[in-house]
Amino acid sequence: MNTRSDMMLPRRHTILGGVALAAGAAAPAHAQLTIDMTRPSFEPVPIAIVDFKGDKVGADIAGVVRNDLQNSGLFRSISPSAFIQQNIDPNAPPRFQDWRSIGAAGVVIGQVVQAGGNIKVDFRLWDVVAGNQATGLSFTSQPNNWRRLAHIIADAIYKRVTGEEGYFDTRVAYVSETGPLSARVKRIAIMDQDGANNRYITDGRTIALTPRFSPTLQEIVYMAYGENNGQPRVYLQSVDSGRRELLGNFPGMSFAPRFSPDGTKVVMSISADGNSDIYEMDVRGRALRRLTNTAAIDTSPCYSNDGTQIVFNSDRGGSQQLYVMSASGGNERRISFGQGRYATPVWSPRGDHIAFTKISGGTFGIGVMRTDGSGERMLASGFLVEGPTWAPNGRVLMFFRQQPNSGGRAGSVTLHQIDITGRFERQVPTPTDASDPAWSPLIPQ
Amino acid sequence: MRMIKAFAAIAATILLAACSDQQAAAPATTTVTPGSAADFRQNVGDRVFFDTDKSNIREDARTTLGRQAEWLKKYPNYQVTIEGHCDERGTREYNLALGERRANAARQYLVAQGVPAARLKTISYGKERPDPVGSDEAAWARNRRAVTALQ
Repeated sequence: MNTRSDMMLPRRHTILGGVALAAGAAAPAHAQLTIDMTRPSFEPVPIAIVDFKGDKVGADIAGVVRNDLQNSGLFRSISPSAFIQQNIDPNAPPRFQDWRSIGAAGVVIGQVVQAGGNIKVDFRLWDVVAGNQATGLSFTSQPNNWRRLAHIIADAIYKRVTGEEGYFDTRVAYVSETGPLSARVKRIAIMDQDGANNRYITDGRTIALTPRFSPTLQEIVYMAYGENNGQPRVYLQSVDSGRRELLGNFPGMSFAPRFSPDGTKVVMSISADGNSDIYEMDVRGRALRRLTNTAAIDTSPCYSNDGTQIVFNSDRGGSQQLYVMSASGGNERRISFGQGRYATPVWSPRGDHIAFTKISGGTFGIGVMRTDGSGERMLASGFLVEGPTWAPNGRVLMFFRQQPNSGGRAGSVTLHQIDITGRFERQVPTPTDASDPAWSPLIPQ
Repeated sequence: MRMIKAFAAIAATILLAACSDQQAAAPATTTVTPGSAADFRQNVGDRVFFDTDKSNIREDARTTLGRQAEWLKKYPNYQVTIEGHCDERGTREYNLALGERRANAARQYLVAQGVPAARLKTISYGKERPDPVGSDEAAWARNRRAVTALQ
């Protein structure tokens, strides 16, 4: 029963407290519990998250919420050891003065109630400055869903404070790397955005690379080598059942797959006689359509958020650069014009940016540009950084960093996330070395 | 006999290091069975090297591929997979495509030298199988390679 139905969260948008609790509180003069995301800089919002009452899992839920918010870089989670008010009634306003005096702008108070085999989790975010309730929600779900509930609560707090959608109730697919580089084992793994619930979905017998989620998270596409050094091909795999199918049995290598935003198509590169071009395949009917036809390397295709265009990289002009074309092929135009080679373009889910890898002057960088190629900004750099992927809110990127190899030994390979302002880079924990992250959309509720 | 063999191995290593710019090390002669895979690796040379982000066959590679073609014509029972590889200084997907291009360039050269195309398959490993493992110019130069592997 630990299947898809677990993923369906019966959700009641019950706003707790409502009028009665908000009564008498005017709109705050100094809205310290909000962040204006359009400003170039701001201080992280100091927030206190109290262990949820009523059940042992309440402390675990609070811990996940603290971790999510702290890791976003937009919040500073105040240590519970600093809290003054104790034994808080989750159904009444907190003593605001106690929270003001420890510098909190907001305080989160919640409870867990057993409800006929399910758990009901309520929380309220209190605006300490204004002295009123900022938001409050209630959820009911199976007990083993507590981590998801915590991420959904963190998303609700993030949205209330920043005005933007959260990204904590998401997963990350990536390539787990183990063993010496000469015989490296590369398996596809999936974990929660915060590193929890890690599991492997390929067995490691052959190299598997570049996983990407379908919009429903039910399937992933990736490239894997065949048995006995067989040709690399693109596979479509059900995440829950593990069942996988070949997406087209071509004589040459097929690689660099990515779903269209509506999940009906996969765009990929196929090579013939040493030359790689971009093709689109219909997922249901498997009809194949050629989108580029050049003697150059055309690869790393990615749809625009609305599905009408595709950004890709090509060396048709002599060096690797970014191009945009119509999703049905044609109208190809170059958009990258800076110094260096550009690769792995990914279109923001918000539609305003394209993130990319740039190789210039012997170093690698992760950058963003507007979709017409203007406004290029570099966010991170290093010996080798590669493969940006967007959080569903288009605000945060994940990518991987590889350290130099030394003395015949592999340098570490790790996942990192960074805000599109270039701030708040942090390593994302993984059980093994890790590369090729792919951030999922928000998990359907 | 053992000592001589050991010395030959050391000598071969120094030779490779000394001419790393050329990459076309003269094969060290040891006693291997003519027509064996070891014969091919040691006396013919199983790999050729490429410039950064390039797939054209260099002058030094022509010499090696010429020897490979003669050997393969002499021993027609071998099927061959040409593996294309890249250094780590490119992105993963682009390097898969570049490795494929390198393998295909080596294949076309062998075909032009008279090796039947039907005997020659290609596969790209991109930057996934470095040999040697290293993060300096010398290691990268030897990783930009096409390896002719006998089946």
